[in-house]
Amino acid sequence: MSEPLSAPYLLQFTYNRTTGPVIGRFLTGLRDGRIEGVRTKSGKVLVPPVEYDPETSEATTDFVEVGQAGVVTTWTWVPAPRELHVLKTPFAFALIKLDGADTAMVHVVDAPSESAMRTGMRVKVRWAQERVGYITDIVCFEPEASS
Amino acid sequence: MSQPIAIVSVAQLPSIRRDRTRDEAEMVQPIVTEAMQKIGLKQADIGFTCSGSSDYLVGRPFSFVAAVDGLVTWPPIRESHVEMDGAWALFEALIRLRHGDIDTALVFAFGKSSLGPIPDVMNVQNDPYYVQPLNLDSFSQAALQARAMIDAGKATERDFAEIVVRNRRNAKSNPNAQVKGDFDVEAILAEKTISSPIRKSFSPPLSDSCVAVVLASGDKAKKLVKRPAWIRGIDHRIEPYSLGVRDLTQSVSTRIAAEKVGVNAKKNDIAEIHTPFAHQEILIKEALGLDSSVVVNPSGGALAANPIMATGLIRFIEAATRIHAGEANRAIVHATSGVTMQQNLVAVLEGE
Amino acid sequence: MSDMITRIKTPVRLEYGVYPGSHYTTYLNALAQGRFVGGRCPESKKVYVPPRGASPTSGQPTDEIVDVQDSGVLTTFCVIRLAFPGQKMKPPYCFGAIVLDGADLPIYHLIGNIPYEEVRMGMRVKAQWKPRDQWGPTLESVDFFAPTGEPDAPFESYSEHL
Repeated sequence: MSEPLSAPYLLQFTYNRTTGPVIGRFLTGLRDGRIEGVRTKSGKVLVPPVEYDPETSEATTDFVEVGQAGVVTTWTWVPAPRELHVLKTPFAFALIKLDGADTAMVHVVDAPSESAMRTGMRVKVRWAQERVGYITDIVCFEPEASS
Repeated sequence: MSQPIAIVSVAQLPSIRRDRTRDEAEMVQPIVTEAMQKIGLKQADIGFTCSGSSDYLVGRPFSFVAAVDGLVTWPPIRESHVEMDGAWALFEALIRLRHGDIDTALVFAFGKSSLGPIPDVMNVQNDPYYVQPLNLDSFSQAALQARAMIDAGKATERDFAEIVVRNRRNAKSNPNAQVKGDFDVEAILAEKTISSPIRKSFSPPLSDSCVAVVLASGDKAKKLVKRPAWIRGIDHRIEPYSLGVRDLTQSVSTRIAAEKVGVNAKKNDIAEIHTPFAHQEILIKEALGLDSSVVVNPSGGALAANPIMATGLIRFIEAATRIHAGEANRAIVHATSGVTMQQNLVAVLEGE
Repeated sequence: MSDMITRIKTPVRLEYGVYPGSHYTTYLNALAQGRFVGGRCPESKKVYVPPRGASPTSGQPTDEIVDVQDSGVLTTFCVIRLAFPGQKMKPPYCFGAIVLDGADLPIYHLIGNIPYEEVRMGMRVKAQWKPRDQWGPTLESVDFFAPTGEPDAPFESYSEHL
């Protein structure tokens, strides 16, 4: 058989997603500079909020504001960011449990180096100048020790 | 009470880094034909056909429909598909056989991981509101779990490297494995990290392959082969979707599925477990409660070959092959779905 | 600033490198030479255009490659008048299913050189190739299929291809 043919193929879609009242409220909060979770019947605060309690499947309706800083519960250092990553210099992905929350959220941490990252460290939100109601209204988290 | 169901025939395309010459139909046709011909069957003899694959993996909506072009579909056949690993296609075929009106099923799965930017493709499985816009690639996602295990004192990076060495050494005797040989723990630890602590060697290879299995029930299975690999139990469980809600250092879903099928009701000879990242082997062995006498991944496992969407079905194939050959009598098979193993399937296979 | 967010856009952008497989490669390479080819099923002897990894009736690869004509019969067709996202051509345009002479099933291509109200089933058409130096491994080597002016094929001659 002759040389196999190949061609580049770009798969590109923009999905328009409705948010519903729970995710919509969280994203609205981000736009307004506020982070909210939901408190389940058992008293657990889920951040980011989900529509149904994963333990009982009951609808979640009780919103609570949580802190804008918290603790890294696990992390990974990315020395060579990929094209689609939101930060272009080396950074960390982390699961972050905000003050007042019982679950952790995924986000990125802009730290000066891998040695600055540690499970248990405190990080705080860096807000975007212009916010629209999107998870990247939080540009990233940064070590709380820095100012 | 429904008839027992067995794997009676298997076929695999060797996993390779990049298959430039076969489209979906050209991967499927020789493999399903081989699996059926080995036991003297044709498509017309098959009661139900089910496949596992992912359109997003190959960037082609309805790629699974193109795969059906590899089958004899006239006259029309009973066919189904899951956008999941073929292990779940096997589960669906088994359920269908339990209706009792048919006694054979053909299951196949294929994965062409060579076509797309896999670490970014896997992000499309993530929550579109909260996670996808951050592009949590598969290396980084797996790394969050690996670090959590280190922090919990469950493992070290050296343990991960030793798992890689052991699996790829086992793969030397597997003609269908892609990455095989004697590798060095120190050399692996010296690799630069992609998403710490994940290094290239801690990760599965990118592989292209297609594999198939024929299932048969009761007397039909006994007529077709001397030593069917009976599926004595099968169960699967799923955990919550959100990463921050799960304990990434334990596989609760695997533990429950393992209890339901009675993994440790009898002595096991081998276990084929679907753990694409090295650290995941520790999690799954713990959840299955295997003791040290069980040989884990004699085939080399997912670290030796990972045609995504077929890797789990390959675990069934590798276990069944050894049972058919009389090299093992009881095998535990595990398959997973999701970068951090959100969903897990466990089965027990036995010779007589 | 007090209205709730109710919708967001989530873009997906992934770059793949695709391979057509050996049978389709044979078809595309022939187009680069100004030819249409099909593959013959070893059992039914039917000619599939493009050649396939498996014949749906026998399950065997259609490996016997045969030339088919670049002219044939228009079976069914459709005039697209609506715009839609991702559309490559500006409406209106006409797509047809054409059974090339020598083939046993249709290919799909544009129909041109005729007012769309006059396009009809059974019309004999022929490929209008681009200039030779623009041929490549693509169906776009042909701009469209145009009516030849021959008498229409009788319905019975293509009815099984509908």
